[in-house]
Amino acid sequence: MSLDSKTPAGPLAEKWTRYRGTMNLVAPNNKRRIDIIVVGSGLAGASAAASLGEMGYNVKCFTFHDSPRRAHSIAAQGGINAAKNYANDGDSVYRLFYDTIKGGDYRSREGNVYRLAEVSRNIIDQAVAQGVPFARDYGGMLDNRSFGGVQVSRTFYARGQTGQQLLLGAYQALSRQIALGTVEMYNRHEMLDLVLVDGKARGIIARNLVTGKLERFAAHAVVLGTGGYGNVFYLSTNAMMCNVTAAWRTVRRGAYMANPCFTQIHPTCIPQSGEYQSKLTLMSESLRNDGRVWVPKTHEDAQAIREGRKTGNDIAEEDRDYFLERRYPAFGNLVPRDVASRAAKVACDEGLGVAPTGLAVFMDFTAAFERYGKSKANSMGIHDASPAKVRELGEAVVSEKYGNLFEMYEKITGENPYKLPMKIYPAVHYTMGGLWVDYNLETNIPGLFATGECNFSDHGANRLGASALMQGLADGYFVLPYTIGQFLSNEIRTPKFSPDSKEFLEAEAATRERLEGLMNIKGSQSVESFHRRLGKIMWEYCGMARNAEGLTKARTMIQALREEFYKDLFVPGSLEEYNPELEKAHRVADFLELGELMVIDALNRQESCGGHFREEYQTPEGEALRDDENFAYVAAWEYTGWDKDPALHKEELTFENVELKTRSYK
Amino acid sequence: MKLTLKIWRQKGPKERGRFETYQVEANPHMSFLEMLDVLNEELIAKKEEPVVFEHDCREGICGTCGMVINGEPHGPLPGTTTCQLHMRHFRDGETIVIEPFRASAFPVMKDLGVDRSAMDRIIQAGGYISVNTGAAQDANAIPIDKDTASQSFDAAACIGCGACIAACPNASAMLFVSAKVSHLALLPQGKVEAKHRAQAMVKQMDLEGFGMCSNITACEAECPKGITVENIARLNREFLSSSLRSEAKL
Repeated sequence: MSLDSKTPAGPLAEKWTRYRGTMNLVAPNNKRRIDIIVVGSGLAGASAAASLGEMGYNVKCFTFHDSPRRAHSIAAQGGINAAKNYANDGDSVYRLFYDTIKGGDYRSREGNVYRLAEVSRNIIDQAVAQGVPFARDYGGMLDNRSFGGVQVSRTFYARGQTGQQLLLGAYQALSRQIALGTVEMYNRHEMLDLVLVDGKARGIIARNLVTGKLERFAAHAVVLGTGGYGNVFYLSTNAMMCNVTAAWRTVRRGAYMANPCFTQIHPTCIPQSGEYQSKLTLMSESLRNDGRVWVPKTHEDAQAIREGRKTGNDIAEEDRDYFLERRYPAFGNLVPRDVASRAAKVACDEGLGVAPTGLAVFMDFTAAFERYGKSKANSMGIHDASPAKVRELGEAVVSEKYGNLFEMYEKITGENPYKLPMKIYPAVHYTMGGLWVDYNLETNIPGLFATGECNFSDHGANRLGASALMQGLADGYFVLPYTIGQFLSNEIRTPKFSPDSKEFLEAEAATRERLEGLMNIKGSQSVESFHRRLGKIMWEYCGMARNAEGLTKARTMIQALREEFYKDLFVPGSLEEYNPELEKAHRVADFLELGELMVIDALNRQESCGGHFREEYQTPEGEALRDDENFAYVAAWEYTGWDKDPALHKEELTFENVELKTRSYK
Repeated sequence: MKLTLKIWRQKGPKERGRFETYQVEANPHMSFLEMLDVLNEELIAKKEEPVVFEHDCREGICGTCGMVINGEPHGPLPGTTTCQLHMRHFRDGETIVIEPFRASAFPVMKDLGVDRSAMDRIIQAGGYISVNTGAAQDANAIPIDKDTASQSFDAAACIGCGACIAACPNASAMLFVSAKVSHLALLPQGKVEAKHRAQAMVKQMDLEGFGMCSNITACEAECPKGITVENIARLNREFLSSSLRSEAKL
């Protein structure tokens, strides 16, 4: 079956405006009668819940956190893109659209991406009105900076805490609606199932995490803003509780999962230090403006560093391989994330890694210290500065720019990055894949909508820096509140649903059975140990580089692990109490199913594009080789039953406004 | 490194709690929470109940984690959340005492997990600018002096962890409330509702059972994000000046 994206007809630049002006509306008196469930309170969920509440709908918003201010959107560092052209450098909606389509390696939908670029401008206006303290220049105007892979400055930022400030803006808007009574907030409630009535999404089953009791909630429509699934890899830059359960449960009820193999591996993270490690920490992409990435040229030097007999400082300039500068002279250290990550992996695979685990490369600021130091000395009128003085001045300049990141690095590693080159390694950061949605952000289940990272629509096979915040807020503030009206305008005569109907009782019983099933295995291994093993399989075979043989093997391994999980899992405590181990258990159970689907998707996509690198499909120079003739489509997978192959539905991607080109950074 | 942990265990909000002693083998590169992960894995292997503690981002920004370590909220390192504290700051053989954040407005849920929803209700009382989606003017229509924007940011950096309240002998929430009042009152967009905001948030703070501020400033010392008591002075000013306006009274 081919899927209909419902993208409106007409010229690209007019699609959204025309559509918005002609779509069905729900009158104010009817909005009061309509209930909407919003699951998730990150950027996408909180902005959607607040906006829908302001419009007059009755909203119920759910989060598994203790407060809607905690979602992982809060950890985004760098910034948010918007086509404001405040920098007067020729930026436009079209340019942002084009950069995003190209950055996504031509695997996203033109109509959605253009709309995203259009509403990006409204987001900045809205955030400033809410009191988000973006960086400003001395004239009091908003400041912009440049970000990976683009030639304009369109990134708005609030120091290194842009995500935090934007989320607090959305959280405060949401708090205002909670106070006004238009939004009922359910903290510490986790969605565990979707309830369908006559084929439409009409409610959810949630577990009250404090009492452990299951609760039923009914509404006219359900909106998910539940984030990405990067934690399937166990180690990622995601927060510990990020999971796929809400989205995956809708897949088990018939929603399609699109392009699940498209995951983003971020090149600059602090490397793993030991087996006990619980998560990885990102070092902002902005560091690559001044950091030079290298490994030793010889295995002897690399080994000496790994064994602690030498440090990076002991390796002479001519014995270093600045591999990004060597391989990509045009972009150097500023190649896009997917390219930089793969190059670091290649260097470590060759045995040139510089951490005891063998998995790290250097990011060196020596050149920046010297460059900035000399320029600072000159500006101070010191023309015969000693090398030590230059270094001191240079360190001060770098500290102004990246001080908080250097501090964080030292806190975690115990090494001073001003004295020794930083060690970095790629880590899982974002998932471009997600629930399949049409132009209205509606899944193939009527009445079920997906926003933000949990849908698949805007980033194709690779997301550009500073675009995740943009998409989450675009969906929540400026897209979904309108498009949901297309569905709800046909529901104005639908009376309120009772959460006591047989559909709800059945879904609750099935959820209870699932949880009891996990509690009753009473085996001997902890959830954590299974999760760690799954992560290793995913990272090894479905990580930065994939091939048919490895993926086939991984599928068997995941199936075997899943079998072992259901035979030997041990969950302490009981069902009806606050039990974080049980929460982890059902999340990992869902990861064990999603992981297999990711592998299947990666096997199916016999091309390399963006974050998906199939070793069989590369150019002689080792670059990604796309196959537009056969794979310019969205792969949307339908769950067909336990241990059965999922069914593939294709949405062909048509490009009417951009020409498909090979991305080159050489 | 070998450590002795004395950890507060409490089954539920109404149960009696007590300290339990555990031995754990840690590595100096571990974070404090990873050390607790190791302990929990050992407890699970022995089919015992793991210690409940709250955490999420483990990068010091979400504000979920927090416990009192050797008498100090978030432990001995200044400007650091519990999740960013590493074991290299402890000695081999050390005994570490771990308790939940204590305040009557923060009931213990289980072990080291407390209920901090009172802080959400204070924000709901007025910690926002009333602007609907779509009602905003162009972002550059309001120029804001760079230093003012920067001061506002300093206050907005609060992560809502509650360490200030746990540090205060009176369990006062003044630092938390004043950070939000300052963040918004410093900006022109936030000035419109500033009087009402200060009154409404203080009223809710009192209703939640937080104590009075007696200028001990332990809050500032323990804040992982460097929020200063200057904000409390600003809150006092906002509150007093708005008290003189009868229409702002609640």
